[in-house]
Amino acid sequence: MATEELAGIELGELPLKERPKVPRQPMPEQDPKERSHNFKEVPNGYTPALAVKEAQRCLQCKKPTCMNGCPVEVDIPAFLKLITEGEFSRAARKIKETNSLPAVCGRVCPQEEQCEVVCVLHKKYKPVAIGNLERFVADWEREHDEMQVPELAPSTGKKVAVVGSGPAGLTVAGDLVKMGHGVTVFEALHKEGGVLVYGIPEFRLPKVIVKSEVDFLEKMGVEFKTSYVIGKIRGIDELFEDGYSAVFIGTGAGLPNFMGIPGENLNGIYSANEYLTRSNLMRAFAFDDAKGTPIMAGKTVVVLGGGNTAMDSVRTGLRLGAERAIIMYRRSRQEMPARDAEIHHAEEEGIEFHFLTTPIKFMGDDNGWVRQMECLKMELGEPDASGRRRPVPIEGSNFTLDVNTVIVAIGNSSNPLIPRTTSGLDTNKWGNIIADAETGQTSRKGVFAGGDIVTGGATVILAAGAGKKAARAIDEYLKTV
Amino acid sequence: MNEIVFKKVLCPNITMFKIKTPELVERAEAGQFVILRAYEESERIPMSIGGLDRENGLLTIVVMEVGKSSAEIVRMEVGEHFMDVVGPLGVPTHIEDFGGTCVVIGGGVGIPPIRPIAEALKDKGNKVVGIIGARSQDLLIFEEELGEICDDLIITTDDGSKGMKGFVTHALQKMIDDGENVKFVMAVGPVIMMKNIAKTTEPYGISTWVSLNPIMVDGTGMCGGCRVSVDGKSKFACVDGPDFDGHKVDFDELMQRQAMYKDQEKVAYDDYLHKCKIGLDRS
Repeated sequence: MATEELAGIELGELPLKERPKVPRQPMPEQDPKERSHNFKEVPNGYTPALAVKEAQRCLQCKKPTCMNGCPVEVDIPAFLKLITEGEFSRAARKIKETNSLPAVCGRVCPQEEQCEVVCVLHKKYKPVAIGNLERFVADWEREHDEMQVPELAPSTGKKVAVVGSGPAGLTVAGDLVKMGHGVTVFEALHKEGGVLVYGIPEFRLPKVIVKSEVDFLEKMGVEFKTSYVIGKIRGIDELFEDGYSAVFIGTGAGLPNFMGIPGENLNGIYSANEYLTRSNLMRAFAFDDAKGTPIMAGKTVVVLGGGNTAMDSVRTGLRLGAERAIIMYRRSRQEMPARDAEIHHAEEEGIEFHFLTTPIKFMGDDNGWVRQMECLKMELGEPDASGRRRPVPIEGSNFTLDVNTVIVAIGNSSNPLIPRTTSGLDTNKWGNIIADAETGQTSRKGVFAGGDIVTGGATVILAAGAGKKAARAIDEYLKTV
Repeated sequence: MNEIVFKKVLCPNITMFKIKTPELVERAEAGQFVILRAYEESERIPMSIGGLDRENGLLTIVVMEVGKSSAEIVRMEVGEHFMDVVGPLGVPTHIEDFGGTCVVIGGGVGIPPIRPIAEALKDKGNKVVGIIGARSQDLLIFEEELGEICDDLIITTDDGSKGMKGFVTHALQKMIDDGENVKFVMAVGPVIMMKNIAKTTEPYGISTWVSLNPIMVDGTGMCGGCRVSVDGKSKFACVDGPDFDGHKVDFDELMQRQAMYKDQEKVAYDDYLHKCKIGLDRS
């Protein structure tokens, strides 16, 4: 639909030869100095003009390699073409045929490892900014109130219970409800979204977006029950007694890993889960106004770890007023699992990086507050099981660092609640539920699982991809019961 | 859902509520707790279960006003709804026939949770003696309820206004000195009280369990905020507890961790009371 906002924009396709000559359109962003004091998003989003120009760069390949890179197989060339025609909301709906969370994925997917890295333009030029464009159309549809409930298949009369409202659960729910099944999503916390709402900060994923996705699912007929802890108030066995024909478990990697070194229970030392849950879900970042849930806002914040969660934690610490916000990682920058884009944003904001360093103990004062940490320098040795070079301590390199707040962001293991309270559910030695990679089928008939509870801590899009596969398998399974 | 159907002010600053949560009540057992959220911007706070009326689906909680979150709650009225009541959380108190006297000890606002525990112990055929303590007699709660359940109820007050003058520890020591065959002790109350009860029973090797109350956020084991040191290892009170062997708990560390947000709590409470004065307290 053309509106005044499209005035002056040249819609339509460019001649094929012209397309590679158009440079990748940069994403307008908040200035680093300004944004390190607020919780607003870093990218401001494309304007319609930028979006159309960027979408016109796509070569519309006959065999689109980008689609193979996408864990949920979004029809990328199709949605890009719709953008070039000015059909932004239709482009969003195109994405939603396969990915029910485009506003989320456009923001948090590591496109540089998925669709964009295999884009044909990647070798000689810069790839099409698929992520930025997905975000653009999803936001447009939402902001212009053009979200349409798709046509649902006729009711099958069957009900599915989804445990966990994170990306895996939300995706399963959306797909199953479209297939005509009844869906109830049970969420332990008081807000839906899982890691989308408690783990990822406001400045990377505004919560109004998560709410909008959840509202959309509700419009389609998904029922949500929050503050309902499956495994405590009701068990999975009982869900079958309640009339559910299948259960999907998407309870995530909600068990924080600690270092296990002396002093770790001193005041001021948090798991990343707690720190981020306080800031994001409980909105402790707004404590000065709301005076609800508090959070420690130390002047020197050290975050242990090198993944996206560590990045989120350290940038939250900075925004809460830290004078020094430090990442301490035992390997080097190359081995950091965090997204390059987020490391880059962090560097721009003035985050300090202490590589090849690890703490060996925390020291506190008489009132139990952490004051210092003793650290060791490391060097890289032979690769370990993960393929990354193993860090080896350098004898005698001990030094002391003054700190106020420490956040342990070294990963999460699978939350044991469901495996512990469900009979016949096999898990591996790390507590992850064993599930078929293509179907999500567990060792228990009618029980499927996907996302971090199966893989250990991973990404939003991989969880969504697992949800997709599981929905298909559950649909097939329901035909047999 | 989560409607307040009954409210009674038991004594200054301590209010009892009965909340309609049938599914939760049906599933809950003595020793477990719930997490409450009063309003949208409210904290999530843990609250021990003070009573379970399974017939009517009513959960009893008893709240002492100590800061903003508890202040918000005690000002709620019958007919209002809690935004969230999550539970039942934690591992239930381990109940068995202990083959001797079970002593359930409650201090201050820790008294109500020992009522369901006393009931469960009685059901298993134990002799149950209750010891409840408060600073003075007008702060003593649940005397009648516990008197009905326990075979014997001993009262202590710091100021001697009722019962034995002194602390619950003194009453327990006297029981032991008088030759009572104490096989199991369950203590719920201020951390210093639980610490001292454990110290009292340690020389006799009496199995002593305490219900720990660290600061919590989610209550389901995903954040580690409620971690406590038990026998030198870190445990999460919300999923491994809240009951732990009193002889293995690092109580001093728990007291330090409970003080972590003292400054913010004061800011929030002062602000809340000020807003109350000028009528802006309902968020």
